[in-house]
Amino acid sequence: MAVIAEPVVKPVPRFRFILDRREVLETILVAPAILYVLLLVGLPLLLAVYYSLSAYTIYNPTWKFVGLANFEQILQNPTFLDTLRNTFIFTFGSQLLGLVLGKFGAFLLLQPFPGRKIVRALIILPFAVPVALATIAWQWMFDSLYSVINWTMIAAGILTRDEAPNWLGNPYLAMLCIVIINAWRFFPFAIVIFLAGITAVPQDVIDAATVDGAGFWRRNYQIILPMILPIVAIGLIFGIVFTFTDLSIVFLLTMGGPGGATSVLGFAGFQTGIVSGDVAHGAAISLFMLPVLLVVVIFMLRFIRRREI
Amino acid sequence: MLRPFARSLRVAGFFLGVAFFVILAAFPFYWMVITAFKQNSDLYKVTNIPFWFNEPPTLEHVKYLFEETLFARWLLNSLVIGVCVTAITLITAIPAGYSLARMTSRKGEALGIMIFLTYLVPPTLLFLPLSRIIAELGLQNSMWSLVLVYPTFTIPFCSWLLMGFFKALPVEIEEAAIVDGCSLFGAFIKMAIPLSVPAILTVMIFTFTLTLQEFVYALTFISSSDQKPITLGVSTDLIRGDVFFWGEIMAGALIAAIPVAIAYNLFLDRFIAGITGGAVK
Repeated sequence: MAVIAEPVVKPVPRFRFILDRREVLETILVAPAILYVLLLVGLPLLLAVYYSLSAYTIYNPTWKFVGLANFEQILQNPTFLDTLRNTFIFTFGSQLLGLVLGKFGAFLLLQPFPGRKIVRALIILPFAVPVALATIAWQWMFDSLYSVINWTMIAAGILTRDEAPNWLGNPYLAMLCIVIINAWRFFPFAIVIFLAGITAVPQDVIDAATVDGAGFWRRNYQIILPMILPIVAIGLIFGIVFTFTDLSIVFLLTMGGPGGATSVLGFAGFQTGIVSGDVAHGAAISLFMLPVLLVVVIFMLRFIRRREI
Repeated sequence: MLRPFARSLRVAGFFLGVAFFVILAAFPFYWMVITAFKQNSDLYKVTNIPFWFNEPPTLEHVKYLFEETLFARWLLNSLVIGVCVTAITLITAIPAGYSLARMTSRKGEALGIMIFLTYLVPPTLLFLPLSRIIAELGLQNSMWSLVLVYPTFTIPFCSWLLMGFFKALPVEIEEAAIVDGCSLFGAFIKMAIPLSVPAILTVMIFTFTLTLQEFVYALTFISSSDQKPITLGVSTDLIRGDVFFWGEIMAGALIAAIPVAIAYNLFLDRFIAGITGGAVK
């Protein structure tokens, strides 16, 4: 006779019982992440709003409420309006340049050719490497005396040594420099985003369009572009958010100079809030980013909702 | 007669385009390498052709970096910060990603989007209040402040990535385990986690590279040299007064950049799939 093991009924501790309820377990599992984010993102965000309405400085940490006085003072300061304008030029200039480069790059990388993997790996580099380190490399390339760019132009006979531009010393060129560096940093991302979008377009759609007589441009701009628009939009949102709020490129390359020509919101907030210790005004300056971020968030939410329908 | 000519012209144009992009993307790194191994006498002579070595290459800058600066210490700091942040992120983001993926209600979806949106809240908006919070906690000027703060962007990012991966994992596997006597929690620990090891590995790599890339918080919270992570140390500490030690700076940047570049290239496709939230199928 075979002995069949009796199922042993273990006393189930209360704790286990609670964990076996699906909603409870889900809540417990998600709670640490939510708490962390609430405490160190949500709370500071509220704190930033409060600082901007107070007279808080490092030397006089008061919670005195001053209403919108900080914002009024900031808006009356003409250099702040320049900062705001610079931020927009920096953001949209570099994103536009990055998108154009990205579109062309993706177009090239779409065709198979020997060594494509290596080319792709090299092209990704600007996006992969920490931006602070890449900025330092560019700073060396824009050096007033040893600039390799100037050296090449002089050697090619385009310029003489006396005419060689001082890239970071001229207000317009300095702005151009930070736009170029940021576009350079984001174009590999744009390429990858375009490639991901284009390869996701079903080949039969393209074939059908070709059969129906759509030429190269028509296929590109009336079939493929509308189909990849959602994914490009997401990539662009990332680019805009991270550029609009950037501090590192300006901090390392130009320090906002020359004469405030490249000062952007993130940098101005840092200078006022951290370096000068005027937390209240610094927070108010940083909060000028919020409207742009909100627009982006609303756009994103609408997009996510549409996708799921 | 004209057609082969036109075709070869097109091929030439194509490769010219590819060459343009490769040079644009990679030249600054080539420039880093060249500068890092050039002798100073070669580096600072405007009449030399700068694109290659006019004098034999040297390891002098790398040696200086390790012997005369805190470079090794910065590397160690970055390693410690990276490991701690990765641990915190995994402990919180794996359960969160799993839970968000398995929540069927509307609430789960809303929570997921909320967590993801916090990734878009920029450091330049939070650094002022966070620096006060860190001062209150007595962590100012210490690398542990970064261990505390970096998870604020790695947790949202990784929860979102992991949510996508767990969603792709068939629920039936866990249900089978539960039928076989596994508890709900046990199904998560014994089934879902082992099956998503590749995803978890990706998340680890990305958390680590995100901590290496971060600059703003490190710049804000840390001013003493021996507490700096590598990116901050190389970009702010190798400059004495107004004098730039370009050879040393480029050598340092190169050493710090190489691991991140390799990691990105290996995991890029997963990264893109993650941030586009599965918009690409």
